[in-house]
Amino acid sequence: MTSSLPDTVGITAETTAESAPDVSALKRTESPLGRLRHRPEAGALIGTISVFVFFAIFGGEKFLAAAGAASWLNIAAELGIIAIPVGLLMIAGELDVSVGSVLAGSSMTLAIVSGHWGAPMIVGIVLALGLGLLIGLLNGIIVTRTNVPSLVVTLATMAGVAGLTLGLSRVATGTTSVAISPDPFSKAVFGQLIGGQFEVAIFWWIGIAVLVSVVLQMMPYGNWIFAIGGDKESARATGIPVTKVKIALYMASGFGAALVGVIQTILYNGAQVANGQSFVFNSIIAVVIGGVLLTGGYGSVIGIALGTLTFAIVNQGIYYTGWNSDWASLILGVLILTAVLMNNTFRRLALSYKPRSAKKV
Amino acid sequence: MTTTPLLRLADVSKSFLGTNALQDISLEVEAGKVLCLLGDNGAGKSTLIKILSGFHKPTSGTIEINGERVEFDSPRDASAQGIATVHQFGGTFPLMGVGRCFFVGAEPTKGFGPFKLFDKKLAGEIAVREMQSLGITRVTDGNRLVGALSGGERQALAIARAVYFGANVLILDEPTAALGVKEAAHVLRIIMQARAKGVAVILVTHNVRHAMMVGDHFAVLIRGQKADDFRKGERTREEITDLMAGGEAMADLEAELAQLQADA
Repeated sequence: MTSSLPDTVGITAETTAESAPDVSALKRTESPLGRLRHRPEAGALIGTISVFVFFAIFGGEKFLAAAGAASWLNIAAELGIIAIPVGLLMIAGELDVSVGSVLAGSSMTLAIVSGHWGAPMIVGIVLALGLGLLIGLLNGIIVTRTNVPSLVVTLATMAGVAGLTLGLSRVATGTTSVAISPDPFSKAVFGQLIGGQFEVAIFWWIGIAVLVSVVLQMMPYGNWIFAIGGDKESARATGIPVTKVKIALYMASGFGAALVGVIQTILYNGAQVANGQSFVFNSIIAVVIGGVLLTGGYGSVIGIALGTLTFAIVNQGIYYTGWNSDWASLILGVLILTAVLMNNTFRRLALSYKPRSAKKV
Repeated sequence: MTTTPLLRLADVSKSFLGTNALQDISLEVEAGKVLCLLGDNGAGKSTLIKILSGFHKPTSGTIEINGERVEFDSPRDASAQGIATVHQFGGTFPLMGVGRCFFVGAEPTKGFGPFKLFDKKLAGEIAVREMQSLGITRVTDGNRLVGALSGGERQALAIARAVYFGANVLILDEPTAALGVKEAAHVLRIIMQARAKGVAVILVTHNVRHAMMVGDHFAVLIRGQKADDFRKGERTREEITDLMAGGEAMADLEAELAQLQADA
């Protein structure tokens, strides 16, 4: 529909003439730091800086050295590739807990097709990624058609895909762990260790974060995702193709999980049926720490990336402190709670934000 | 103004699983007029709104726009015909900025090809300007979250949005129900501004007082049927209230209550 700008301009001119003019100019003076307070990633940034400083102090030089940085960056990269699409889904008001099974399924697909059966690497990679898209499509169709809560739907696909992966792997190879020897090109693209320690996945993560950030913040689709998570019915009433957007987002999270499956398989020269289940909760943790509202409608990719980093730093940092690593989960628990409370506070701050010259109508 | 009404419903009925929610409703709305649809809870107001906004199809009967018969397969069809519905809480997104919210589903873009970017600055400017044209001067920043607005400001945002996107028929579903006295008065003023722009307004409410302040034409629904249909000034507030509550039943109830009070 086209806008009828000319009709309304006349009225604008007469009613605003006496009231509005200089307030917007006044507001512009707020500092960048001040503006950040009203962003979804405000809490996540504080979280990342805090845990970094904490472990830099207690973990010392080893934590800060290249090997230390690599250990948490590698964790962050693999988790981040999954957390970004999972976070987008959460912004749109849906959950996906099938990512762990998708990861296992796609790694086994690649290992069996290109390792066990000896097909060209590219065939296995395409099939593995295709599997991720297919399961995402299935999740999306079931969630949008049935109105069953997405947690339940994806719990079902999580179990189903895990069972299929185990069953089919056993039928095809007689074992649950399959080796593969990737060609140098695949290795370079997916499984290289740069400088012997930094996974090439870090670049995949950064690339995906930049791309998705542009889509979410700067393109109309991003606006649709926020609207769908904010209020599905209102979003539908504005004519947004809610079903298509949700299916696309599920396919994106399936693809992300499958991509990490491919990366791990090529990096470790093999796949196991039990791979990947830790990503289910870890991705949700990273997303929630990153300031995304669990019920949808609010969040940012930068926030998700910072949440992922925070998680990875805590996850690895404990090993550099010399403390018993049994305590890592406790720290994580405290962190999650603190982060969510902090994010709530920042969200309330954003909601109560009014220009200083506010006057009641 | 021509005699053809902007929107006409002829004998519209809707039944769900054999139950009649609406029976033979005929209504007309003219451009630049306010039709008030009055009725108690469960009278069929919501069903009628859903038919007009394309969520439901009528079981029988016809809808005409400018004398031409139309059928809506989806809310999108209805809005393409210029029918916009604003719900009680504004149908807006609390955690989105005013500019983002204003343009949901119709984002202005800059750039070309697949790299078209959402022009958020323009969106914010237009949203703020359009709200100001309805007298909301307190909102000056397009990034301001909708959740930070008052109930009346949210209604104004939704109405401004509908009018901006070329709505000829504006359906307002209980716009004043959740508002305080001052805010409600402001929304009524905004309704009159929309009317002055030539929009046909359908105000759905059970607040007879608010209806009488802005309405040109009134229809009362009772249990899915149109019980009465009259123009401004043809009925008193008491007559309307009695009718909505079921006519004589109300008089009986009043007598009974008076009796109870006398006994106490």
